[in-house]
Amino acid sequence: MSFKDETVSGYKSYLRNKLYIGAVLVVALTVTIIFSIKVGAANLSVYEILNGLVNSQAAGASIIWNIRIPRILAAIIAGCCMGIEGCIMQNVLRNPLASPYTMGISQGAAFGAAFAIIVLGAGALNSTQADAVIVNNPYLTVFAAFLGAMIGVSIILLIARVRSVTPEAMILAGVAMSAMFTAGTMFLQYFASDTQVAATVFWTFGDVGRAVWSDVWIMFILLIPALAYFMYHAWDYNSLEIGEETAKGLGVNTDRIRLHGMLISSFTSAVTVAFLGVIGFVGLIAPHIMRRIIGTDHRFLIPTSAILGALILLVSDTVARAILAPIVLPVGIITSFLGAPLFFYIIMKMGR
Amino acid sequence: MKMVLSVDKVEFSYGKANILKDINFKVKKGDFVSILGVNGSGKSTLMKCINRILKFKEGMIFVEERDVREMKEIEIARKMGYVPQRSETGFITVFDAVLLGRKPYIKWDVSSKDIELTEEILKVMNLEEYALRYINELSGGEMQKVVIARALVQQPRILLLDEPTSDLDLKNQLEVMKLIKEVSCAQNIASIVVMHDINLALRYSDKFIVLKDGQVFTSGGREVITPELIKEAYGVDVHIKTFEGVPLVIPKSQ
Repeated sequence: MSFKDETVSGYKSYLRNKLYIGAVLVVALTVTIIFSIKVGAANLSVYEILNGLVNSQAAGASIIWNIRIPRILAAIIAGCCMGIEGCIMQNVLRNPLASPYTMGISQGAAFGAAFAIIVLGAGALNSTQADAVIVNNPYLTVFAAFLGAMIGVSIILLIARVRSVTPEAMILAGVAMSAMFTAGTMFLQYFASDTQVAATVFWTFGDVGRAVWSDVWIMFILLIPALAYFMYHAWDYNSLEIGEETAKGLGVNTDRIRLHGMLISSFTSAVTVAFLGVIGFVGLIAPHIMRRIIGTDHRFLIPTSAILGALILLVSDTVARAILAPIVLPVGIITSFLGAPLFFYIIMKMGR
Repeated sequence: MKMVLSVDKVEFSYGKANILKDINFKVKKGDFVSILGVNGSGKSTLMKCINRILKFKEGMIFVEERDVREMKEIEIARKMGYVPQRSETGFITVFDAVLLGRKPYIKWDVSSKDIELTEEILKVMNLEEYALRYINELSGGEMQKVVIARALVQQPRILLLDEPTSDLDLKNQLEVMKLIKEVSCAQNIASIVVMHDINLALRYSDKFIVLKDGQVFTSGGREVITPELIKEAYGVDVHIKTFEGVPLVIPKSQ
């Protein structure tokens, strides 16, 4: 065997290892899905689940198809979105802290939702039994949350476009924007009734259980072209990874890549947060964990961050449903509870 | 003789500060040009103007008789390989880092030709045994070879190197300069190199452009490097002695 073949075949087997890691993630996700269908208030046996999946007349079918499957799919799709958004934002802004949360998207959405509930009266609410505080007009709230999420980040991107500011300045602007939205939300809450305040607070507890089939479809239809766009530009992100000037020297229009990356990831993020509420940490940790395991090659980093994001969110939601059953916790609480220690562990273990 | 690069009356300014004024020069295939001058004389800015990282307003630059202002970023990247002063490391292998030089040719993903060319360059640069090392584990000299290999795998007509030897020890300085010289000869590439070490430049270059206050102060062959020129351009009194056929610049002791 010649020297030449050795280097190339070594490289190819190195790439193959990355695919194996991806395959392990897919298997883990599949196992979690099966387990997640089983967990819940109505105790279904494996037979009932299998029967319910194929036979719409079966006893468990309605629970499976109307409650558990949309919830699981929402967790998977939203988790994918979050993993990708974090991955792209951290890359294009050259900052390990970049995520929809640091760019003020979540806070903007919370403000929008609070505005709809308190000012537009979408949330004269009825508190039923144990946990359900129901927002009366979910469509108005979702729409206002989406607008709130997009406004802040659009202003930042517009300024960045006109004044060609640095990525660091964009991050700082995002932090400032978050503070402004948080203050705005507090201002609204100060003058609101108890029940309205309760409704806005409840809204911010991100919960994948809110998703109905139409929400799932919308998120899915957005995820596919976004993922395709990001994968197509994987080599541009790889170039950015080794420095702005080198990337430019390789013919990458870094300003355009940055702007489009931010725009698309902000948009998908605004949609998920509007439907599901604030779910922190997944977008931050999924890409960081994958970067440490698989490296910064975005051909592999983008899809594996997506799968890991889905896995984290689905595991968290399954735990949220099981841990204090029959009480179902909002998944946003669990992601941070599970995510932070896991993240600590990884930083300590692989500390660089 | 066909010029691979010609720079014609180029001016560049950041806001009101005029960085480059009336820059003119031409470079032939296979030339090894050193750009000399003190810090802040506009050397790096000139490099970035040549490959349009900075958008100069006045003047014209032609690469193989094409106006760079009319070329797309990707076309420029196919003609010129650029190595900036600093490049970030990361959690990627040497192979990936060099393969990235094929970026101007990649659509969805790399082709087998890209892989082959990368492998060839690694061999030429003696980097084969490092192929699967992570670049953040490399020494300064190894890393410099990696970034030069990346620029070469772009298959450029012109290599633009901004202080390629500034962080290297003596052995690596000589090795890197020798590699650049050999490769540019073998592939008939014009190399334009910003240098701080005048002696190293004299040893390997055949053409010199000396910048002062954003203007071309002098240009030409080794003969233009005189004690008077160094005094004018750098403000330092020196002797120039020839040793083993190579001129040596030695600062006077007080």
